[in-house]
Amino acid sequence: MEGFIHQIISGIATGGIYASVALALVMIYQATHHVNFAQGEMATFSTYITLVLINLGLPYWVAFIGAFSISFVIGVLVERVLMRPVANAPVLTSVGVFIGLLLIVNSMTGWIFDYTIKQFPSPFPDKALFGGFVSGHELGSTGVTLTVLILVYLFFRHTRLGLAMRAAAFNPVSSRLVGVRVGWMLALGWGLAAAIGSVAGCMVAPVVFLDPNMMSGILLYAFAGALLGGIDSPLGAVLGGFMVGIIENLGGAYVVGTELKLTLALVIIITVLTLKPSGLMGRKVYSRV
Amino acid sequence: MAALLEAKGLHAAYGETKVLHGLDFAVQEGGVTALLGANGAGKTTTLRALCGMVRTQGEIVLGGKSIANMATEDIVRLGVAHVPDGRGTFMELTVEENMRLGAYTRPARESTADFERMFGYFPRLKERYRQQAGTLSGGEQQMLAIARALLLRPRLLLLDEPSFGLAPLIVREIFGIMRRIRDEEGVSILLVEQNATLALAFAEDAYLLETGRIVIAGKAADISKDESIRRSYLGY
Repeated sequence: MEGFIHQIISGIATGGIYASVALALVMIYQATHHVNFAQGEMATFSTYITLVLINLGLPYWVAFIGAFSISFVIGVLVERVLMRPVANAPVLTSVGVFIGLLLIVNSMTGWIFDYTIKQFPSPFPDKALFGGFVSGHELGSTGVTLTVLILVYLFFRHTRLGLAMRAAAFNPVSSRLVGVRVGWMLALGWGLAAAIGSVAGCMVAPVVFLDPNMMSGILLYAFAGALLGGIDSPLGAVLGGFMVGIIENLGGAYVVGTELKLTLALVIIITVLTLKPSGLMGRKVYSRV
Repeated sequence: MAALLEAKGLHAAYGETKVLHGLDFAVQEGGVTALLGANGAGKTTTLRALCGMVRTQGEIVLGGKSIANMATEDIVRLGVAHVPDGRGTFMELTVEENMRLGAYTRPARESTADFERMFGYFPRLKERYRQQAGTLSGGEQQMLAIARALLLRPRLLLLDEPSFGLAPLIVREIFGIMRRIRDEEGVSILLVEQNATLALAFAEDAYLLETGRIVIAGKAADISKDESIRRSYLGY
């Protein structure tokens, strides 16, 4: 029983990471109807930036905020420079650009920071809490991801800019007609997604260690989470992310073993797409043919 | 009366398909101008051309400033509000959020009084304030669209078929409110309508559009009296 509870708690901790990346995916999906395959690699790159800042002697949280801000700027630049020219291109062109971005960011990360596996510090105390049920890092990283998710929610719900970003994603034509600069909203969305990815990277790196391919598996789980919750529902993506974290941990411990854990993500993806393609909280899309 | 908006030799095209072939028209300051014509005459395209939603050639001058080929967002910020065909409702958002978007370019401190004024015109919006806009009836969505446009405090209001798809009783209600709006808001209106009787009774000036060309221009009162125009173009 103790082991079971421990699996659920660490499932929530990793689920928080998946939830953040899933939210980043959904934010870009809502605005562009494309999945950013490079979301994970961009997050890895951001994590390296944090490490560089820490090695420069900055305190952890200063480096964390610094990388968060730099990632935001990188996200905005990627949209403005790379994605803007193909905004109205056919689907396959966009997919090609996303895959290209994935490869470029991945190789650039390896080229700049080299491919050796690096340790990444956790800002939280390295000890077991509550009678060994939860580690300091698990508790701390869950707290950080939840805080970020809540802040993002409040930003979208209660600020003028957040409202404009949602409007631009739902209805770009009407948004222009009330004076919203839709192109910039899209770029801000990319920036925010990249910044959220940076948080997820920093929280997961102490657990899985840092290398250029760190996020590739996590992106798959996050994608499963986003689909499970509904690819067009931010709240669904967050819930889906947490659920996938728990399913992965329990499945890994009791059903398929740790080596086959990644297949669980694929099983979830296929199950959702077959049985309920709109996900738990997504809207059904109808189209006339 | 001076012209607020003037278009000269206005052409517009969707890709290769030319829709407007050199229109000349004006909207007088503080007045209502109607743009009439059958389906496919180019009425909606004319409104889209005015706010940069389609590629155009020719002159468009708003209050002495050329706005031809400016970005939609910038034209809107110069005080052109467009109630588009299909009403342009943000279905997923609440009535409140729709209205807040209407006031997006305005300073926040002005909007409370503006919201109250809109509730004065459209009490129904106050009742539905927290409701998702997609659940509103067609008439309510039309009211929301007009309120959203007015919250911009526009100098020029472009209305695309406000009567479309609505029951006659609702249409009468909305046109009644629009008369009040014209008198109280001091906004100039360019109205596109298929319902010619309705539009000619509301407007001072009118233009009749046929396949992308203006075939008749004049005072609304004269056009509605001219039986031959009515028979050949307006079909009643």
